[in-house]
Amino acid sequence: MVGKTEPVNGTTVKQQQGAASMSSSSPNPSRSDLLTSTSFSLKSFKLKTKQQELLIRVLILGLVYILAFITRLFSVLRYESMIHEFDPYFNYRTTLYLTQKGFYEFWNWFDSESWYPLGRIIGGTLYPGLMVTAAFIYWTLRFLRFAVHIREVCVLTAPFFASNTTLVAYFFGKEIWDTGAGLVAAVFIAICPGYISRSVAGSYDNEGVAIFALLLTFYLFVKAVNTGSLAWSLASAFGYFYMVSAWGGYVFIINLIPLYVLVLLITGRYSMRLYVAYNCMYILGMLLAMQIRFVGFQHVQSGEHMAAMGVFFLIQVFYFLDWVKYLLSDTKMFQDFLRITVTCAVGVGGIALGVGMASGYISPWTGRFYSLLDPTYAKDHIPIIASVSEHQPTAWSSFMFDFHILLFFFPAGLYFCFKRLSDATIFVVMYGLTSMYFAGVMVRLILVATPAVCLISAIAVSATIKNLTSLLRTKSKTAATTSTKGASGSKASSKASLDQSQPFQKNGAIALLFGAFYLLSRYVTHCTWVTSEAYSSPSIVLAARGAHGNRVIFDDYREAYFWLRQNTPPDAKVMSWWDYGYQITAMGNRTVIVDNNTWNNTHIATVGRAMSSYEDEAYEIMRSLDVDYVLVVFGGVTGYSSDDINKFLWMVRIGGGVFPVIKEPDYLVNGEYRVDKGAAPKMLNCLMYDRARGVEIGNKDIKLEYLEEAFTTSNWIVRIYKVKPPNNRW
Amino acid sequence: MAKFLLYITLIAALLPFLAVSFSPESPTDRRILVLLDDFAVKSSHSLFFDSLKSRGFQLDFKLADDPNIGLQRYGQYLYDALVLFCPSVERFGGSINVASIGDFVDSGHDLIIAADSNASDFIREISTECGVDFDEDAAAMVIDHTSYAVSNTDGDHTLIASDDFINFDVILGSKKIEASASFNISFPAPVLFQGIGHSVNPANSLVLKVLAASPSAYSANPQSKLSSPPSLTGSAISLVSVVQARNNARMLITGSLSMFSNRFFRSGVQKAGSSTKHQKSGNEQFLTELSKWVFNERGHLKAVNVRHHKVGESDEPAMYRINDDLEYSVEIYEWSGTSWEPYVANDVQVQFYMMSPYVLKTLSTDKKGLYSTTFKVPDVYGVFQFKVEYQRLGYSSLSLSKQIPVRPYRHNEYDRFIPAAYPYYGAAFSMMAGFFIFTVVHLYSK
Repeated sequence: MVGKTEPVNGTTVKQQQGAASMSSSSPNPSRSDLLTSTSFSLKSFKLKTKQQELLIRVLILGLVYILAFITRLFSVLRYESMIHEFDPYFNYRTTLYLTQKGFYEFWNWFDSESWYPLGRIIGGTLYPGLMVTAAFIYWTLRFLRFAVHIREVCVLTAPFFASNTTLVAYFFGKEIWDTGAGLVAAVFIAICPGYISRSVAGSYDNEGVAIFALLLTFYLFVKAVNTGSLAWSLASAFGYFYMVSAWGGYVFIINLIPLYVLVLLITGRYSMRLYVAYNCMYILGMLLAMQIRFVGFQHVQSGEHMAAMGVFFLIQVFYFLDWVKYLLSDTKMFQDFLRITVTCAVGVGGIALGVGMASGYISPWTGRFYSLLDPTYAKDHIPIIASVSEHQPTAWSSFMFDFHILLFFFPAGLYFCFKRLSDATIFVVMYGLTSMYFAGVMVRLILVATPAVCLISAIAVSATIKNLTSLLRTKSKTAATTSTKGASGSKASSKASLDQSQPFQKNGAIALLFGAFYLLSRYVTHCTWVTSEAYSSPSIVLAARGAHGNRVIFDDYREAYFWLRQNTPPDAKVMSWWDYGYQITAMGNRTVIVDNNTWNNTHIATVGRAMSSYEDEAYEIMRSLDVDYVLVVFGGVTGYSSDDINKFLWMVRIGGGVFPVIKEPDYLVNGEYRVDKGAAPKMLNCLMYDRARGVEIGNKDIKLEYLEEAFTTSNWIVRIYKVKPPNNRW
Repeated sequence: MAKFLLYITLIAALLPFLAVSFSPESPTDRRILVLLDDFAVKSSHSLFFDSLKSRGFQLDFKLADDPNIGLQRYGQYLYDALVLFCPSVERFGGSINVASIGDFVDSGHDLIIAADSNASDFIREISTECGVDFDEDAAAMVIDHTSYAVSNTDGDHTLIASDDFINFDVILGSKKIEASASFNISFPAPVLFQGIGHSVNPANSLVLKVLAASPSAYSANPQSKLSSPPSLTGSAISLVSVVQARNNARMLITGSLSMFSNRFFRSGVQKAGSSTKHQKSGNEQFLTELSKWVFNERGHLKAVNVRHHKVGESDEPAMYRINDDLEYSVEIYEWSGTSWEPYVANDVQVQFYMMSPYVLKTLSTDKKGLYSTTFKVPDVYGVFQFKVEYQRLGYSSLSLSKQIPVRPYRHNEYDRFIPAAYPYYGAAFSMMAGFFIFTVVHLYSK
């Protein structure tokens, strides 16, 4: 039965690929081939069918693997092979350093070009997984005599790992449901916009490899729980290590897995398999994770990791109780013992936690973690977190945008998971629900939810289609119905046999199948469109449609950075809002005051204060920071919306968070933020306003006393000002 | 013939000297442009000009409204210093204007401005740019009824004998002490002044009163009766001021052109209320010494050979590590007018600076110009600067900064085995051994 249903799923997949403008001409003959062969080979060519099915499956997976890669290449084809966004520039710069200077220099790199004058210990403040991975690929290619540039490797790392993720998704789906679900999951995740948004070519960011590592860790852990094998558990620990080395999102793993174990314990699903899997994974994973400098002792010291440790001790208590229960024959006695032990264990754990917190050994939760649990926390307490657009709560539209029909398949998939509850499906349900919650809190966490949504939706799709097709088939071959039903024993065929009496059953099933295929093809179209239109634009080069529909490219950022590189002294310090810090250091090769690694709130607040003060006050601050140039982004001429004046309120908020002199109401008119003539007087006079809106509105004739314009790019998007030295004669 | 040869060799020897002008190596000015209202000034002030010529300056006299004058040609300045003895000029000929004079100073050149009563707006404007404001009343002069110079024809007390000098060797020279050992301050004789007073702009921290009026002076029109209180009174009136700009360009501003004249240089002076009658006024010595300062013959410092390295090494590293011991040295010389002499002081300090000074140490000197010190890099990493900010009145300011990053320890620079951790090592290894034994016993005991 299994062999019979698989190819049908396979055709689904291929249709989607066809819609995704893949060249699907070659698989087509094999498909028809297969359909004819499967229809009569059921009894006589059992072995051959299995081989064919394997062939088909491998073929599909191979195509999905390629599809996942090439669908992410829009940006390379449309623009050029370059790094996108802000953070990837830092990653690129560090990777370059790693390949040039070697691992130990990278590990001990003290970067004096960023965070002037504080400097930044790069080796100790980053997750090296991505850079090491890219460097490893680079070295491998060099070893194989492929003369590639490291930039190409960096650009294509994310698509490559996205392809690998599809394989993991297949195995994961196979583990929790069946191969059909695995294949559908692989297709879903290959083109899901929620994942593509962070893994297009050029998006050289931690998330690119981290989602692969995340899914791999989960898969290996579920495998370990299902088998109780020490080897899988060990593999899971290594997967966890890779994840820790790649992304700060590992905290999700180290909290979800204990939560999952806890749920299993509470629901009475404790088993020796779970005990082996969790203990091995936790202890080894923790020891391995401590080797990452940035993480260090957090596993034993930070409040965010305490849940895992608590569950670790709890599972030991469970094991102990199990053993005592085995020894004690008297149930009454065991009940008493249980009560005492549990009370003691909870008490000791609570006291340990309390003492740890009070003595400062265990650090409290960080702001980001709080803001996950309480979405309003960041807005009130940590403006720097709230200021990042990807930390904003998610809008409904972006769910729809990133998941499309998966959003509707998701509850259906949950239904199927509950119908067939096992350790594995419990895991995927928990993963899905928690990550959906987090996705609702922060936009960027949609990324974490994507694999779960894909897996659960895949279960729904796979199970539904399987049900419908088996319905069709049982109708056509009434003789075979009983045998297939017995063989599969799944819900699908039993449901089919129940429905047998109803009229229009076959037509209804066909209609539903077509409906499903229609939805899936819409999904593919949507994904391709989103990838092409929304997620493949490198924010460093802007594209717009001109008046005649022609494409206009604004390459102002790079123009400005190259100007800095060519025309300023090598030790010049550039002040800008922190978004552009990484790009200035990477492309302009100049020292910046703050950059995207927002570890020092005070320093950023100082810059925010300088930007939002009167020019003479700002001049004092800039002198104290040895600033030579000020770079601002100005959207007034081109209508570019994400310029500095848009970010200005955040500068005020962040500056005001540390320096009470800066008050937000000073910059607002009747609680409104305006930049035109009606803007608040303080607003009109502050440095930022001078810099960013210079010629446009409100204050028109702005004379700068302490700054002079040094460079303006061709579309006026980036403007660079030089800080004048103190007046010579005064 | 021999004489001719001598001339040739002399010219040949002087030629490189003539060609060089103001340079970091010999900071004294060479070429001076003197702008006059009238060529008569050339002879009436010849004593001052002669003293300049005798010190090796090339003076280029031009009328202020000469259409051919210009400060620079092809982007090169033709002169090292400018003397404006043209109080009444309304506009210069050629390309000179207020902005070009400002640029001249901002590119490190020196300036002497002598105004007079009825000074033109142009001169006032330049002076304002330099941080001093002449009395706005065009006809006003400084009047002092107590410390005027006694003379035969005098009636309105506008000829002032002032001895309220700033007491500072670097600016006024050390000669005064020899000349009049009995007086602790000032010159043997008071300085004669007749002209317009000015006030120092309080917002300008660089301007310095060299010769101030006495508390009883005021600034008004001597011809008319005072109807309202004068705007400038007492010691707020400055007679002679100097400015040293941030780029060490030096300026001298005075409201009296006649101060420089031969008549004032040669005349005797008797201060009202004083019995001593000096045969010769202090003007010559005062202005000569002051011009030496303005034209960088004195008080010019240079710092060279800034070095820093770890103690025990000699190469300059690109980066220090926290807690390194380092040695910093700098050589400071003073220009004596002809050669660089070691500068000796005990107040030169170096800062190890990152937003605020983490280390502030006074450098010790070997009296031969070398200043050095050793200190330990603080236990803070970041981008530091060695900063020497040496600003002494009268001396050109030294502002050295050299950026140097300080890194934390590398991973292999920590001690591998520390004694305090031996219990933990013991615990770890005993645990391993115990586990091994337990495994063996557990597996093979049955």
